[in-house]
Parts: sequence; structure tokens; C-alpha cells
Amino acid sequence: MELTSTKEALLQMISVEEARIDSAVALQFKDGMRETTQGGEQTVLLDLRKVDFIDSSGLGAIVAAMKNLAPARKLVLAGLTPAVDKVFRLTRMDSVFKVYPDINDALAELRI
Amino acid sequence: MRVALAQVLKGLGPLGLNKDDIDNVELVLAEALNNIVEHAYAPDDAAGRITIKCMHQDNGLHLEIEDEGARMPDGLPPTGSGQDLCLAVEDLPEGGFGWFLIRSLATDVTYARVGAANRLRLRLAVGVSDQTP
Repeated sequence: MELTSTKEALLQMISVEEARIDSAVALQFKDGMRETTQGGEQTVLLDLRKVDFIDSSGLGAIVAAMKNLAPARKLVLAGLTPAVDKVFRLTRMDSVFKVYPDINDALAELRI
Repeated sequence: MRVALAQVLKGLGPLGLNKDDIDNVELVLAEALNNIVEHAYAPDDAAGRITIKCMHQDNGLHLEIEDEGARMPDGLPPTGSGQDLCLAVEDLPEGGFGWFLIRSLATDVTYARVGAANRLRLRLAVGVSDQTP
């Protein structure tokens, strides 16, 4: 479960370098997020552009990551592909997370 | 499990389903298989067999999934109702979405205990024949 991270003054962007966040890797994703975000203070932008599949385990792991960062830090999502977006919409989790369809909008807004 | 999913999806190729429909099949199957692995086959058990059958009919794709694990409690699949999300962040659920997703995307969900096996049947309204007026 590969995550790449870039830190700026106001945000930490974490890109998921995998095509799937499913039951096979949900735990590694959670652990990876926890490790990568440890000790930071910025809002975390999760870049999901390469992810074309998540199931309920993947969704749960993303929720867990958000809970782990709260309350001091926010987790926002960007670049949801259609199948991933569908899972968030069906479960209405798109009302819980701030979701940016376009990562450039996310970066523009978060860098202010 | 990823391999099994990929094989099933590959087998659906001839149906010429659109991506949205294929995504739905993949998600429903993934959730059903997750449930079998997590609940029917407890961690200590030896690896168990799971059989997946797909049949395309006029009213959609019929899936039948059989496993030889523990029976479903109460002999009924969970209703998986949508969860209340008007919660503080720390109280948000991290699980329990699986059956909700299955129920959202599939219809005619039935479960039967057949001898020492669980049989889950469901139908997805994909690749449905056009009705002649």
C-alpha cells in the first residue's frame, strides 16, 4: 500500500499510489496514513486519482483516517473516480467528507 | 479474492455491459465475498471454498454465491439500512456499509442454508433486454 506525501505550509497532500483500497489492503492503508500523518498539523488532502475501486472496507479505512486526524486536523478528498465516488454517494459519506472532484480546486482552496 | 473478482468480471466481457454496470457487479460481489471471509469462515478455519455463478437473463444478471462456512445468524441476510451520519466525527461508523451497498445495488436478495452450505442469490438489473412496447 504505497502512499506518497508532500508537505507544504498549509497542507499535506497524500497520494494513494494503488488502484484499490479494499479488504486486502484496508489495514495497511490505515497504518500507512497514521504513520505518514504523525506529528503534523496541516489539513490532509487525500489524492485518490489513481484509485479506481474501493469497497466498504476501503471506505471504513478512510473514515478511520479522518477520525485519527480529528479534531485538530481535517481530511479532505480529491480526484474521486466514478466507482469511488459512487460508494461515497450511496452511503451518503459524501456529506461527511469535503470532496473536490478536481485536485487543482482543492490545492487552490487549501493553499490560501 | 481479487483474482476471483477479476475472473468474474472478465467472464462478463461478452455481455458488453457499460462501466457503471460493471462497477456495480464488482462492488456487490466484493461486499458479498468480504462478508463470507469475515463471518462465514472464521479466522481459525482452514481455507474454504467459495463458488460464484453468474447467469444472464432478460431481467438482469443473476449471481449465486455459495460457501461452506457458518450459517447466517437468524437465517436472514442483514437489512443493512443506511446509517445516521449526523454524528460527531469521533462517532462516525467505520463499518456496516457492506450490506447497505449490496441492498442498494442488487434486488431479489435471498439466502438459504443448503445442507452444510450457505447460498446467497441476488440479481442486478444490468444488461436488461429492452422491453418491446
